[in-house]
Amino acid sequence: MSPANSASLPASAVKPAINFISGADRHIRRRLLLSQLFAWACRLATYASLAILVVLLAAIFYSSIGRLAWDFVTNTNSTNPAKAGMLAGLWGSFWLILFTAIFSIPVGVGSAVYLEEIARDSFLVRIIKINLANLAGVPSIVYGILGYTVFRSSAAVLSRLFDGHCLIGVMGLFKIRLMKLPIYEDNILVGALTLTLVILPTVIAASQEALRSVPSSIRVASLALGATRWQTIWHQVIPASLPGISTGVILSTSRAIGEAAPLIMLGALTYTSMCPGSIDSPIELVTRPAQVLRAPLDQFTAMPIEIYDWSKQPDSRFTAVAASGIVVLLVVLLAINSVAMIVRHYASRRLRW
Amino acid sequence: MPAITSGNVPPSVAGVDRELDMTAHSSAIEARHLNFFYGEHQVLFDVSLTVPERSVTALIGPSGCGKSTFLRTLNRMNDLIEGSRCQGEILVEGQNIMDPAVDVVLLRKHVGMVFQKSTPFPKSIFDNVAYGPRVAGEKNRAVLADLVESCLKKAALWDEVKDRLTTSAMSLSGGQQQRLCIARTLATNPRIILMDEPASALDPASTDRIENLIGELCANYTIVIVTHNMQQASRVSHQTAFFYKGKLIETGPTMKIFTHPSEKKTEDYITGRFG
Amino acid sequence: MTAVKSPEWTKQRFSRRHEKVIQAALFLCAALSVLTTAAIILVLLGNAVYAPGAKKAFFEQVSLWEFLTGTHWKPVDGDAGRFGMIPLLSGTIMVAVIASIVSVPAGLGAAIYMSEYAGPREREILKPILEVLAGIPSVVYGFFALKFITPWILKPALGLLGLELGTFNALSAGIVVGIMVTPLIASLSEDVIRSVPRSLREAAYALGSTRFDVSARVVVPAALSGILAAFLLAFSRAIGETMAVVIAGGQQPIATLNPLRGAQTMTSFMVHASTGDSAADSISRMSIYAIGITLFVITLTINLISGWILRRYREVYQ
Repeated sequence: MSPANSASLPASAVKPAINFISGADRHIRRRLLLSQLFAWACRLATYASLAILVVLLAAIFYSSIGRLAWDFVTNTNSTNPAKAGMLAGLWGSFWLILFTAIFSIPVGVGSAVYLEEIARDSFLVRIIKINLANLAGVPSIVYGILGYTVFRSSAAVLSRLFDGHCLIGVMGLFKIRLMKLPIYEDNILVGALTLTLVILPTVIAASQEALRSVPSSIRVASLALGATRWQTIWHQVIPASLPGISTGVILSTSRAIGEAAPLIMLGALTYTSMCPGSIDSPIELVTRPAQVLRAPLDQFTAMPIEIYDWSKQPDSRFTAVAASGIVVLLVVLLAINSVAMIVRHYASRRLRW
Repeated sequence: MPAITSGNVPPSVAGVDRELDMTAHSSAIEARHLNFFYGEHQVLFDVSLTVPERSVTALIGPSGCGKSTFLRTLNRMNDLIEGSRCQGEILVEGQNIMDPAVDVVLLRKHVGMVFQKSTPFPKSIFDNVAYGPRVAGEKNRAVLADLVESCLKKAALWDEVKDRLTTSAMSLSGGQQQRLCIARTLATNPRIILMDEPASALDPASTDRIENLIGELCANYTIVIVTHNMQQASRVSHQTAFFYKGKLIETGPTMKIFTHPSEKKTEDYITGRFG
Repeated sequence: MTAVKSPEWTKQRFSRRHEKVIQAALFLCAALSVLTTAAIILVLLGNAVYAPGAKKAFFEQVSLWEFLTGTHWKPVDGDAGRFGMIPLLSGTIMVAVIASIVSVPAGLGAAIYMSEYAGPREREILKPILEVLAGIPSVVYGFFALKFITPWILKPALGLLGLELGTFNALSAGIVVGIMVTPLIASLSEDVIRSVPRSLREAAYALGSTRFDVSARVVVPAALSGILAAFLLAFSRAIGETMAVVIAGGQQPIATLNPLRGAQTMTSFMVHASTGDSAADSISRMSIYAIGITLFVITLTINLISGWILRRYREVYQ
């Protein structure tokens, strides 16, 4: 193209005008329609899940109408559906979760601290990390097998060793009294140890996340002020990561409440009307300390196990009982998760980086 | 970067006649009083610019001056950013593309874009180039094969890849990937090609090839190129527009802008006093 | 707040002696996980494959061939015992496949919707709801399947087609396991889809694509291997799911692919067997370990493959 020709453009250069207004091209209309349909299909998939949740909750609440009453929470299990209650399950779950937390928090947080703060990248450390990832994917029933074979048998051995009882000294009325505590082989501690293994990978992962989110400037500043490594961890890093750690622990524990399979494999009772240690109400925790010591070594049942038992009863009157049990279980889970959310909210408000 | 004075304006690439009087060409794009906002923050102030058909227009200016934002309004890519707002008119081939009734999918078929960082799809070379036509509905294998070949030839990539069209596009070098992206854009048969710093991530040899490519393409396509490299702008364009802090300071034929600009700011930028 | 690993030089060894003790204690905590895996493997191998001493392991009494190919599962002591695991395997696979049919479209659709279409407000509401779905215990889903889905939804629907449905059936169990697993697929797939770089989407839009073109023809294919890893992980979860299948699936081990009848899976067998009254060293007790090791090997293999695929995917995009 030279300046001389600029006045007249060759005919081939003149192209027909395009109309950009939609609707002009049938092809594009069809594609846009397809795009809309696809969006609606995806929206449907998402909201279907929501709908199922609503239907599930509604169905359960509806089923529980016959039995849900205050005495459901204060009665223990019975063969009479009108009288059956969840007290034993509530107490069993309480003791289980208490000891699960006691076992899993130090081990889980300790492991996370080691892996994040202390370990340098070596072969052994990498094995540990791969291992944790794999353990997270193991079905919980396998932990039940482990618990049955190792923990329960150990408890059985201990029980035989001490002739079925364990002798401990107890401070009562300012003098030491000897007490005999019956050791059952399928006791709370065995269950708690098993559940600890089940939730340990998640506790460790959540704690690692929390530790990682602490900015390294804090560690560097602490070391620069002459603190040792451990002092830095104990006084700076762990307190700073506490919201994340506690949220992770609480959520993992709530998962443990719903676990039934490993406990059943261990031999947890599916039908019982006894609470561990025979402690029936919260006041007894204080008034009968001897029983408090008995409880961890006692047989137990748990909320999901009782729900399982009621679900498989052929008598259709137990349907309402099972549904009431589920309502109680969901309420407990809701309470625990709300606590976790509140903790996360308040703690993260106080920590502003 | 050494400042450009009338003594050392680099020679143009083949195919670009910088003395050409573009007023005889009809306008491919005409922006009128464009104001652009990201939320409350205004980024373009009353920009009016005419881009003649089958020419190369370079948009220059210091970083953050709004030239990339302006480029992206021309094919409504800014619609993808939440909270962005555009006032004013942009006429492409005589129609206002800011009209809500305009179909952006159709618009983008006709106004193509090449990005700074080459973004080949993780598919084969053939599938990359064929993507645009396929998505527009072309299913005939023979037609697609012809189209891919002609676009790769126009992008000066055909000889290097003709034996491995089915291999992954990710195996190409940086310069080859960028030429692939150009071929991909050409496959939708656009009238206008927008380029956002197409060679800034490439080595000098590849940059050279891209610039020569622009010279060849401008015979049939209208090209608007954003660049921060003034030598490149002066080599490659018929018309240059200088942006500063969201305002269009000066527009004119490239030789004029680089040898005797009218505005003081333009001259300061060209001679390297800031930017 | 950036999540950054502390630089190597801040990880000095503990200096003072008592701190060395603390360091050792923490190391033991971390090593516990290795101990756990070792214990699992030892326990399973020691009872299923080879037992030192007087006790005889499972595969010392039952041939591997019969176990893997036999179609009758009747784990009783004495001559009447049959230990072919195909019935349990078929039950497990049926439930897992049905669960996948339910969860893959729902989970992937939700993932695409949340990453490509939903606005940030919508996402903030949807994500917690999906997590609630994931947090509901398995027993609840089992109850829901047995007492609600089977009588009120499946029986009428299938009755219209003239098909009969048992009270315990693999279909309701599979559906409910699918619901349980959907949030897993949704969140994993969403992570994977979001990690596809924005520049790829922009390039596709610039070529005149509709939203559907970008999602279905560019983003999902680019994220495909990561999505596959998510599916595998969910499938492995479905295989390991226990209580829901115990309640809704029934107790009859039958080698069948008919989901309208009851079917016992590997996991539900293990639960039923442990509530029975068999003696400690009997072959019926040992069979629990045999099924246990099979389950462990299957889920571990799938998880490892999934992890390998995910690592390769991350290498490409990060």
